[in-house]
Amino acid sequence: MSAARLHVVTGKGGTGKTTVAAALALALATGGKRTLLIEVEGRQGIAQLFDTPPLPYEERKIAVAPGGGEVRALAVDSEAALLEYFEMFYRLGMAGHALRRMGAIEFATTLAPGLRDVLLTGKAKECVNRRDADGRPAYDAVVLDAPPTGRVVSFLDVTKAMADLAKSGPIHSQAEGVVEVLHSPLTAVHVVTLLEELPVTETLETLDELAAAGLRPGAVIANQVRPQWLPDRSVAAAAGGRVDAARIRASLASAGLDLTPDVIDGLVAETVEHAQRVHAEAVALARLDASSAAPARLELPRLIGGVDLGGLYELAETLCAQGVGGSAARERKSGPGPGYPLTTSSGTRS
Amino acid sequence: MNAMKTPAVLDVDALLDDPTTRVIVCCGSGGVGKTTTSAALAVRAAERGRRTVVLTIDPAKRLAQALGLQILGNEPAAVSSVDGDLHAMMLDMRRTFDQMVQTHAEPGRAEAIIANPFYQTISSSFSGTQEYMAMEKLGQLVATGDWDLVVVDTPPSRSALDFLDAPQRMSTFLDGRMIRLLSSPARAGGRGLRKLVGGAFTLFAKAVSTIIGGQMLTDASAFVQAFDTMFGGFRERANATYELLRSPGTAFVVVAAPEPDALREAAYFVDRLSAEEMPLAGLVLNRTHPVLAELSASKARNVADELRGAPLATAVLRLHADRVDLAGREESLLARFTGAHPTVAVTSVPVVADVGDLDGLREIGTRLADGGPHPQATALRSAR
Repeated sequence: MSAARLHVVTGKGGTGKTTVAAALALALATGGKRTLLIEVEGRQGIAQLFDTPPLPYEERKIAVAPGGGEVRALAVDSEAALLEYFEMFYRLGMAGHALRRMGAIEFATTLAPGLRDVLLTGKAKECVNRRDADGRPAYDAVVLDAPPTGRVVSFLDVTKAMADLAKSGPIHSQAEGVVEVLHSPLTAVHVVTLLEELPVTETLETLDELAAAGLRPGAVIANQVRPQWLPDRSVAAAAGGRVDAARIRASLASAGLDLTPDVIDGLVAETVEHAQRVHAEAVALARLDASSAAPARLELPRLIGGVDLGGLYELAETLCAQGVGGSAARERKSGPGPGYPLTTSSGTRS
Repeated sequence: MNAMKTPAVLDVDALLDDPTTRVIVCCGSGGVGKTTTSAALAVRAAERGRRTVVLTIDPAKRLAQALGLQILGNEPAAVSSVDGDLHAMMLDMRRTFDQMVQTHAEPGRAEAIIANPFYQTISSSFSGTQEYMAMEKLGQLVATGDWDLVVVDTPPSRSALDFLDAPQRMSTFLDGRMIRLLSSPARAGGRGLRKLVGGAFTLFAKAVSTIIGGQMLTDASAFVQAFDTMFGGFRERANATYELLRSPGTAFVVVAAPEPDALREAAYFVDRLSAEEMPLAGLVLNRTHPVLAELSASKARNVADELRGAPLATAVLRLHADRVDLAGREESLLARFTGAHPTVAVTSVPVVADVGDLDGLREIGTRLADGGPHPQATALRSAR
């Protein structure tokens, strides 16, 4: 993760990619750095996360990172970006807004779907390459909250998008510059997943697609990982419904906790569900590990209270503890989550 | 456990059994389990005696297998292992679109339209196409009269609202005014518009054609000319489907996970349905973690701290305490939703570990039907 300055964060819907992108931007800003968090889907997810009013289309400071760093945020509006681009070559003046109201801008980007993506990735590239007056990069890192896994490769595959566009002209040559940055070690694509079957399947598919398109995977970030409380040796049996209720009852009674059979039954049922979840997570982890394409892995805990601003800092700290922002991420580390090893070959790949 | 305001209960079986329920639309934001919920509703309806068809959008492989959908058929196929009359299908948006063109275009024109590169772009990658085609297919299924009940899943859009807007967006897009403007701005648009944007529009049109290529605009013009003749039929269909959604035989079921984002989307959707006078059946709060044992989190943690040499019992207490916290959070998220939407009926569906087959879908169906304010009993029973 160390060489990259453009961090593209994707993930299946519902995996929390915007949250992870924000935590990553905070983590990378830790210790006096400056990062930019870019949102491209027009949902104002960053503003909701940081509890601020909707972001305008401009870079503005949104958070202070531990150790004096700073996170700025930019909500790119693709229609505004297109108008901005036209302005550079053609003087549209106020008419630009009228065109937008008429739907002309949306129409143009629909005619050539690649145009929108070229503009958005182009904006990210410009931020990565921008220099201060003293020649230093304006941002130590740029984190892009990208479209979900289903769309991310076509979003980043500017080469393909260029086929939609005219064979020459200003946007074409800009796109060539974007291709160069996205395919260089400056860029890493991180995939956020839950340790569940469907998100892991999509993650593995996305890693393959990224490789085929010549894009570099960064880390797989397992999000919302919950703690494992059961001893490893009890997991398989409990997941199969075998829990020694009498022993639990006796142990609790010895600690002065006398519970009715109903309550014991309830605890056993909860334990079975817990074990099934731990087992499913272990299967999911094994599938990730078995994939040759799987890069370094990071893990983030599920925050029971939900993700508020404090929670974001907590997640950023967890990322830092796993090597983000400092030394390179440790390979295949086992994080705070499940340690339950799959000893059998039950970690099958579909 | 339910000290907070208890919402009305969504009675799923009454909804499924009601002969006047002809269409159930499952909607919600991405990743909340819409596809699984619609499949479970359909299986339950069929096994309760209704001739049912379920239209899924992009089912996971194992769910598709559970429904016997190995191939993308675009026509309903019987699900033989169900104890009742159930058909299932996956939406093939391209083929649905092609069929629409073939049905509505003037003789001889259909081939030209389908071969047009611009049509190929629109029919495969316009952001509203999938939503539109899902609604079109729904209209077709209802029109056959072959089924008592059509259950429809909605596309995995960024926002639950997208599919309501898609037909309108598509109509605006295809009515050709914009393409005429771009390809010959001097003639189209009327004087008012020209006055407003002046020469800038000509410049804009030039810029657009420089960037996206003149060929694309030429294709687009040709497409619009060919499409013009069938446009009336097209718009009529879109309006008819919209009216079908507003009719009393339709029931919208909003699916949400007990997470802030998903519930916020659900709230937007509920408001929107009411603004459009569309019939809302209720909210499915999916994958909840109800507490199954009456024991407070603090008590459990205190005892766990003191226990020595009993790793199993300690683990049980700690995982129970976590679960109490999680259930508390889920309940307060739901309370926030019902506080703002007190009339919306709710059913909670406790999480099912593995939904890989028909029995998994039946189990979800049971929980859907049972999951009012007392999900505990169901979860306990199914945990054996």
